[in-house]
Amino acid sequence: MSDFSAITKAVIAGRANEVKEFISAALTQGADPGLLISEALIPGMNTVGERFRNNQMYIPEVLIAARAMQSGLAVLKPHLVEQNVQPVGKIVLGTVKGDLHDIGKNLVGMMFEGAGFEVIDLGVNVDAEKFAAAVEEHGAQLLGLSALLTTTMPQMQKTIAALEEAGLRKKVYVLIGGAPVTQEYAEKIGADGYAPDAASAVVKARELLGI
Amino acid sequence: MIIVGELINTSRKAMADAVNRRDEGEICAVAQRQADSGAAYIDVNCGTFLEEEEELLPWLVRIIQEQVDLPLCLDSPNPKALAKALEVHRGKALINSISGEEERFAQVLPLVRESGASVIALCMDDEGIGEDAASRLEAGKKLGERLLNAGIESERIFFDPLLRPVSTESEAGQVALETIARLKLAFPQSHIICGLSNISFGLPKRRLLNRTFLSMAVARGLDSAILDPTDPEIRLTLLAAEALLGKDEFCLNYLNNIREQEEN
Repeated sequence: MSDFSAITKAVIAGRANEVKEFISAALTQGADPGLLISEALIPGMNTVGERFRNNQMYIPEVLIAARAMQSGLAVLKPHLVEQNVQPVGKIVLGTVKGDLHDIGKNLVGMMFEGAGFEVIDLGVNVDAEKFAAAVEEHGAQLLGLSALLTTTMPQMQKTIAALEEAGLRKKVYVLIGGAPVTQEYAEKIGADGYAPDAASAVVKARELLGI
Repeated sequence: MIIVGELINTSRKAMADAVNRRDEGEICAVAQRQADSGAAYIDVNCGTFLEEEEELLPWLVRIIQEQVDLPLCLDSPNPKALAKALEVHRGKALINSISGEEERFAQVLPLVRESGASVIALCMDDEGIGEDAASRLEAGKKLGERLLNAGIESERIFFDPLLRPVSTESEAGQVALETIARLKLAFPQSHIICGLSNISFGLPKRRLLNRTFLSMAVARGLDSAILDPTDPEIRLTLLAAEALLGKDEFCLNYLNNIREQEEN
């Protein structure tokens, strides 16, 4: 177990090579790959998310921590497939139609990966039907919608309507975000949640999923 | 340097509250303070009011122009709101903005032509924002040529190279500076403008980063910026940059401002 705290620390510090080495060593010693994710990597990114929300860590530091976690995951991947370890959840993510802004959406994707979710990123300028189709195809529990323009925000409502149309609305929680988006707007269009930043989005998602 | 004052924007909480109360006194006071601090245009953005924007933008234009004798920078991605604001605007506005995105281009171009306004031209198209200076420049060049072909004079075009945060892309500052320099070469008669605050997204002490970037950008050919003109530090940075770059003959502007500051 003492190895795990070293891995967690290396994730927080963004030291990708150390994370890889420590994970390989732990695997050689017979550590469980699923446990390495839930007890070593995810706690690291949880701390990063918390420090980010408290302005104790900043975006570049979050990015290198996420990169460190990714390199740990890459080492684990073959073992996870072998043992059929499942992600904690699946989220379909994208920036709505007519909107090409991707920075916030990418940060959200990174934080969800850090929290052990499988992230299906549809990119930018994604129309309502495409979101609905991806939710269905991947069986996602969460849908994250991003908009940076006031003129594209109505696409969020359209996407919710498309989910209803496809009979998927009750199967998926819709989270929305982006600079002009507010809690009130989320309530108005019947989204399940709003988050002001990427780390809070994960907190919100866990709350909705009860995990 | 052409300063566009950025404070009348309802994404700022205080301004949203003032607009909600229809507090003409407060809104006009903010406009006046920016005018007194050297703004050439007052930016007006009430996009956060969504469907109310089309009524609010012309209202803001009317009350602000009753207070200050300046043209406004009409800041909205919504062409209907822009059209209504242009109807009541006196003088030549600055439309914020047009881009190479086909739909936006088609909707905003007629407004620029008919009103005689100047326009901020975002260096992007339906493919998004280019990652390097070459693709950014290409999007800007194409858009500039289309505007010129449509009869918009070079002097009315304000190119925006578009800033991305250095917190997520370490090269973003360098790419923007490079784009500015190359735009200046390609369109020497046009203006180059930046909204500064994107560059510092996600980092502490954002104003420090913003004004440091501003001085670098001015050296590469930036001649206009959307910023808070009432921020004394950004004003001093600008004065210093202009003196250092020989844009302030005999440093007189710098000297006068420093003296004024010391007297106060």
